[in-house]
Amino acid sequence: MPLKDALKIALKGLQANKSRSFLTILGIVIGITAIIMVMSIGNGAQSLILNQIQGLGSQTIIIEPGKEPTGPSSYAEIFTDSLKERDIKALLNPANVPNLKELTPNVVQVANITYGSESIRESVIGCSDAITRILDIYPDEGTVFGTDEIASKANVAILGAEVKKKLFGASDALGEKIKIKGRTFRVVGILAAKGQVSLFNVDNMVLVPYTTAQQYLLGIDYFHTFILRASSDETVDQVVRDAQATLREMHGIDDPSKDDFHVTSQADAAERVRTITDVLTMLLISVAAISLVVGGIGIMNIMLVSVTERTREIGLRKAIGATENDILLQFLLEAVILTAMGGVFGIILGGGLSFLISIILTNAVGLDWTFVFPVSAAVLGISVSALIGLVFGLYPARQASQKSPIEALRYE
Amino acid sequence: MKKIIELENVHKIYANDGVETHALRGVTFDIKEGEFVAIMGPSGSGKSTLLHVLGFLDRHSEGEYKFDGKTIDDYSKEEIALVRNRKMGFVFQAFNLLPRTSVLENVKLPLVYAGVRESERDAIALKAIESVGLMHRIQHESAQLSGGEKQRVAIARALVNNPNVIFADEPTGNLDSKSGQIVMDTLQNLNEKNGHTIILITHETYTAEHAERIIRMKDGLVESDQKVESRKKAKDYFKK
Repeated sequence: MPLKDALKIALKGLQANKSRSFLTILGIVIGITAIIMVMSIGNGAQSLILNQIQGLGSQTIIIEPGKEPTGPSSYAEIFTDSLKERDIKALLNPANVPNLKELTPNVVQVANITYGSESIRESVIGCSDAITRILDIYPDEGTVFGTDEIASKANVAILGAEVKKKLFGASDALGEKIKIKGRTFRVVGILAAKGQVSLFNVDNMVLVPYTTAQQYLLGIDYFHTFILRASSDETVDQVVRDAQATLREMHGIDDPSKDDFHVTSQADAAERVRTITDVLTMLLISVAAISLVVGGIGIMNIMLVSVTERTREIGLRKAIGATENDILLQFLLEAVILTAMGGVFGIILGGGLSFLISIILTNAVGLDWTFVFPVSAAVLGISVSALIGLVFGLYPARQASQKSPIEALRYE
Repeated sequence: MKKIIELENVHKIYANDGVETHALRGVTFDIKEGEFVAIMGPSGSGKSTLLHVLGFLDRHSEGEYKFDGKTIDDYSKEEIALVRNRKMGFVFQAFNLLPRTSVLENVKLPLVYAGVRESERDAIALKAIESVGLMHRIQHESAQLSGGEKQRVAIARALVNNPNVIFADEPTGNLDSKSGQIVMDTLQNLNEKNGHTIILITHETYTAEHAERIIRMKDGLVESDQKVESRKKAKDYFKK
């Protein structure tokens, strides 16, 4: 029988049970919708995070204590105290790391910040003045604290634009006294509004000299991170190698696998984010794929019911000359058309919802979100759903084709 | 005349849950091309089983059955489908039309499986519909037809591929006597005018007497095989 006739017969069979056909493919629709959304939103989130990381500039290098995390369990090793004051001096020595342009050690503490009756809770970053050059942030008013304030552990603070607004409103903040964790700090500078720079929400942070933060806010003598900047894009790799060598020497480490620190360039970080989001996306897709399997079983179930219901029709078709293959093709096509239609609906629905979400994220949440329609996922979605029809339709279709014409005609 | 059907000591044994039913116990007869044969018998006599065997709908257990000179064991699955499609036509008691499908589409169905080109199907199907007098009903769906009309659609469907043999299994069983009469007359006309071999299964003597020969079955055996003395003659309802 020509395929065209087989298609017509299959379509007619489906039309006869429109509402049932629709309900049958819901599982597939939901599965494909979920996959499209996961891929679209996953891609969007990935590019969002990558953009933020790259906002730090490609010459930025981050050194963190502990071994490079390779899996969730090894993240515990981040909390080590291997980065110390003497490491800074060693790294800043041009004999050790010749192409290093800037370095700031950082400690981070989320703390209550109060002025008069106003109180907020924000990140307080203990750092050196180099951070302003690395993040490309400059005070609108006042100045940045310098080497003297760091050496003397001065109680001075620079406020992010948002922090200033929350504590002082429109009134002047420069020279005012605020309290961080109960300790009094003098406001010496206010940063220009800049929004998100990489992982730093510049507007919502408070900068203080790292020495002050270490001693009075945290009571520690180590650092959470070093942020470095190489002199140019070409020297990034060299700076990474030099910094590693210097720190190994300082920490008396011969075997690189025993490093108690890890150095990440922006390229590395981007790669890591890509890996993480890819893994997450795959994970979510696998979850969505389960619903496709469930949907497929639903299709198989309904097709079996349909085959039983239409025993008479099958018998008649065989009696008037349909071969087993004709019947097989008819029911297989019904299943494949059903699931492929489910795939198409799923792609439309998934694409539409992802677009809606991207609008919400851009306008309501204010993220710099780009809508990505995963064309590859759409192609994959249609093929996978058709394949599901083929796989789960095969058994019912075989059952149909094996029916004896007289059994079929006897069926009441 | 050529023998279209040759049965030699045909047995059919059903095994249902270990219980064997001997439906045919050694049936022997021939049917020539162009004959109109009625197979009669009470229920359980094996007449329906016989029809199923003759129509390639079921396989016999023992003996030999030759259709068109070739024993059924020599036919492959595909050939069997082909024979059902091209050389046999079936008319069932329950009509078995496709629901939600027009008269024309129902009659065209065997042409689809025969691989007849789409452009040619309408003309062939219309000719068959014309010969059962239903030209005014071609776009009606089967649910809109009376029982007699449904059966005539089934007859048109059975003869659309111009088969050698038309099998009719109690074709008047679900019909009132008037509709039944029209169906019988239609079958008789097909036999006389177009030379189709017709094998009719019935338990009514009156219906059977439209045939020229009656084979009576009892307990899986042929009880008698006689010519009809006073044959019922059809009126030509659909004469143009």
